[in-house]
Amino acid sequence: MTRQIKTLFIANRGEIAVRIIRAARELGLKTIQAHSLADADSLAVRLADEAVNIGPPSAAKSYLNVDAVVAAAVASGADAVHPGYGFLAENARFAEAVEAAGLVFVGPTPQQIRMMGDKVSALEAAIHAGVPTVPGSKGRVETPEAAGVVVDRIGFPVMIKASAGGGGRGIRVATSRDEFDRLMPQASAEALAAFGDGGLYIEKFIVSSRHVEVQVLGDGHDVVHFYERECSLQRRRQKVWEEAPAAMLPADVRAKLCQSAVDLAKAVKYRGAGTIEYLYDDTTRDFYFLEMNTRIQVEHPVTEMITGFDLVREMIRVSVGEKLRMKQSDIVIRGHAIECRINAEDPTKNFMPAPGLIESLVVPGGAGVRFDSLLYQGYTVPPFYDSLLGKLIVWDEDRSAAITRMARALSELKIGGVKTTRGLHLALASDPDVQAARFDTQFLEHWLEKHSEQCGE
Amino acid sequence: MATKDVLSPLPGTFYRKPSPDAPVYKSEGDTVKKGEVIGLIEVMKSFHEVHADADGTITAFHADNEDAVMAGQPLATLAI
Repeated sequence: MTRQIKTLFIANRGEIAVRIIRAARELGLKTIQAHSLADADSLAVRLADEAVNIGPPSAAKSYLNVDAVVAAAVASGADAVHPGYGFLAENARFAEAVEAAGLVFVGPTPQQIRMMGDKVSALEAAIHAGVPTVPGSKGRVETPEAAGVVVDRIGFPVMIKASAGGGGRGIRVATSRDEFDRLMPQASAEALAAFGDGGLYIEKFIVSSRHVEVQVLGDGHDVVHFYERECSLQRRRQKVWEEAPAAMLPADVRAKLCQSAVDLAKAVKYRGAGTIEYLYDDTTRDFYFLEMNTRIQVEHPVTEMITGFDLVREMIRVSVGEKLRMKQSDIVIRGHAIECRINAEDPTKNFMPAPGLIESLVVPGGAGVRFDSLLYQGYTVPPFYDSLLGKLIVWDEDRSAAITRMARALSELKIGGVKTTRGLHLALASDPDVQAARFDTQFLEHWLEKHSEQCGE
Repeated sequence: MATKDVLSPLPGTFYRKPSPDAPVYKSEGDTVKKGEVIGLIEVMKSFHEVHADADGTITAFHADNEDAVMAGQPLATLAI
């Protein structure tokens, strides 16, 4: 059953709020922008039909305050809420509160958010749907004999992890059976000393992996995919440069990868836009489920550029009960797209944040160029939120042409008044390894050790 | 007695303690050494220490925990 909505409340800020306002306006919806005190003069507030103050600058007291956001949405007279990404976008309690107040939540059901937000239940759902997961013990190994059985099955190298560990602590890598037999007792003793629990589990160690992810869209019954993106260029687990499609993915692997994402989303009757993230080992051509993000992602524009669909508009449509408007066969890849995240950070000074006044602004243009940003000349970028100023996105016929076009667009972009990561992207665009798509998720951090001085303005 | 203000090096959110459950770094009346941490500034989700720039005694804090502050704003006064 389709519900008619007239007014969309945007419970987010920055460039994604601007992006949502644009989609809503094209759907004929009135827009109400939530904002903190620090965002009263933001581009999103200027573009929206109305704006509502939801609290002080601190995100914890404004954009992350479930009760304040829901109360503001209800009082505004809106009939739907778009959560964007980050903040409350994957907070099941928020989705529940929005629905309990009688408003449409532009996203999946609270149950779907909860299931995919929990590592164990998400992994179980993936296994149940037949999606490959990193081979391992699937839980604690209680005895050396049981551990031996696991490593005989999965092969070396393996990671020995402390059940009670986290954030990289309590991990050992063994490359042979001798080493494994030597490390297991040490690892158990160390885990007991460090965490009060000697429990261990074992996982295959993927030496060099790329980050690939599949965009899906579901209406609660049917699911289609919009192919994959590659986001291997990361710094401190933050994506920096994203592409679609993944350059090194063979066609047969692409077909299996995208089908596995559809299988998982269908198994949970997924509604909304979602992304299933994978590790991809391009030496063995194996891919493994990492997690599912139950929201629109920062890098969604590269998918829009190669498929021609507006994902934000479509996610609003399915949230009110409309059926998917496209069949899988309608969705084809054309050309190649790249997105560079332009952050207010100084890449020559260890990415020191650089908020402040935008004294001047020149936005690139021309064929195949898109700039999704929160910028206008005279705007003061506040220090309270993340450093993303905008996303420069280009499309061209193939990857090599897209890189050339990105370098051209970056050379036109001028942001005066604050330090940005523009210089990093210019250096990446001219790097032979980047041009050859020879990288994994470790590449950028190693590259920066040698090249960060070349990343200035 | 001479005084010296400790200024915020960056715009952002001022914290007087290392984590929400921890005690404050320093209270009014505490003595500090040059270079000692008196608080943190959170700017764009990254945290930066605020150091005393002289030996002295803290006579006043001018910003509360979690206050929004501007670069150059006095955070505390030291009697030196």
